[in-house]
Amino acid sequence: MSKIIVVTSGKGGVGKTTTSANFSSGLALRGQKTVVIDFDVGLRNLDLIMGCERRVVYDIIDVINGEATLHQALIKDKNCEHLYILAASQTRDKDALNLEGVERILNELRESFDYIICDSPAGIESGAFMAMYFADHALVVTNPEVSSVRDSDRILGIMAAKSKRAVEGRAPIEEHLLITRYNPKRAEAEEMLKVEDIEDMLRIPLIGVIPESESVLFASNSGIPAIHQKSDVAEAYKDVVSRFIGEAVPMRFVSGKVGFLKRLFGDR
Amino acid sequence: MTTMTLAEPAFKIKIANLPLWVIHVHNNNMAQIKRQLASRLSQTPDFFSHTPVVLGLSAVANSQTKFDFTALTTLMWEHGMRLIGVQGGSTEHQAAATQAGLSLFPDAPLRNSPVFPDPTPAQPLPPLVIDKPVRAGQKIYAENTDLVVLAIVNAGAELIADGDIHVYAPLRGRAMAGAQGNQSARIFVQSLEAELLSIAGCFQMFEEGIPQDVRNHPVQVYLDEARLVIQSY
Repeated sequence: MSKIIVVTSGKGGVGKTTTSANFSSGLALRGQKTVVIDFDVGLRNLDLIMGCERRVVYDIIDVINGEATLHQALIKDKNCEHLYILAASQTRDKDALNLEGVERILNELRESFDYIICDSPAGIESGAFMAMYFADHALVVTNPEVSSVRDSDRILGIMAAKSKRAVEGRAPIEEHLLITRYNPKRAEAEEMLKVEDIEDMLRIPLIGVIPESESVLFASNSGIPAIHQKSDVAEAYKDVVSRFIGEAVPMRFVSGKVGFLKRLFGDR
Repeated sequence: MTTMTLAEPAFKIKIANLPLWVIHVHNNNMAQIKRQLASRLSQTPDFFSHTPVVLGLSAVANSQTKFDFTALTTLMWEHGMRLIGVQGGSTEHQAAATQAGLSLFPDAPLRNSPVFPDPTPAQPLPPLVIDKPVRAGQKIYAENTDLVVLAIVNAGAELIADGDIHVYAPLRGRAMAGAQGNQSARIFVQSLEAELLSIAGCFQMFEEGIPQDVRNHPVQVYLDEARLVIQSY
């Protein structure tokens, strides 16, 4: 049975699209058939981060309107064998999405994919609602600052009340906390919230911590997700994927103290 | 000559609630009433000017006193009051008043007498129990009952109950108990980190942070004569 995973946050600019790109790539690298959908109609970004912006011919709205088939609209990722991308429309507005159309697309995708990743737009409007409505899992992307935590809290509340699972009274969406842009040293110096603070406020299980890094910016600009390069961020995202598919992996990048031996022999 | 047409209605009957002065008398001592009326109205001689006035007899209804309503009408006329009727009084009073051309007004209903019979005592409603985190932007209202929350209440969340509120976790949002004015409602919190506490509309915010001695403590909050008391354990 395939799983629908929404990557959401409420707040903008916290790393949803970066996470969608890396998480879906990570799943595909593990041999899972994966598709990632950009729900940010009108402000599409995912295609840029995945480096496929020049290959977008049809988008999700075209499929909803019946102007293209899913087969025509799915773009095969250039870096991963098993990954496909469904781009958002650049020229339409958010109202072009509708629940019936989204459900039809998701049901069709379920037939051939193991994981369907929905990259939610920021905010709590219809785009974000469509992205989370059919989800089985949610990656809640949160930065270590109070406004991001507050917005994550808000979106968790909305998911608990308004998702399809909630409306139908089924088991709730499985929530996973993903902390991005984390800098242990600055957290230690109380310049940003600590992992424990965020866990205490949101009270959902932590699936990973992505360190603050220049490599993310570089990866975004080059159109190759960070997970394909050699960096802490790549390692952290690989850990997230492993935990998601059920492997026990110790939490890394949460402590600023790197001991001498650790530096010598690396982080195991 | 014009033909007969249906006449325009010459009047309309409508009910009106007009303001009316009532002079409540405590005895039938005409001399005393005359003297005190004169002194009372000497400062504001034009207070009454052809003003309709009713004589209140509730205070003397059970006594045998007799009133000379004609003399009273004349006396009050001199002060600009037009006595038009009496309110309450004994059957004898009312008979004498009608004799003097005054109208009768029913006694004002007693404040304490219940208009509706007591309803059969209602079964107390079970409390509303919430076992999941209450998150920013969420609002929980326990109508006509208590609210029990077993999970965290985050900043930006709102708890409202007509009865008491119990939070067996940190309270970081807002809690309003006794929302319909029940002043004996209370709030019980395992760890007080709230943004706002309110009982029966009497509220306290914590812009400067929560006082050290109750912050993160288990507390109960109650109303002591319109003053919100936060008591830690």
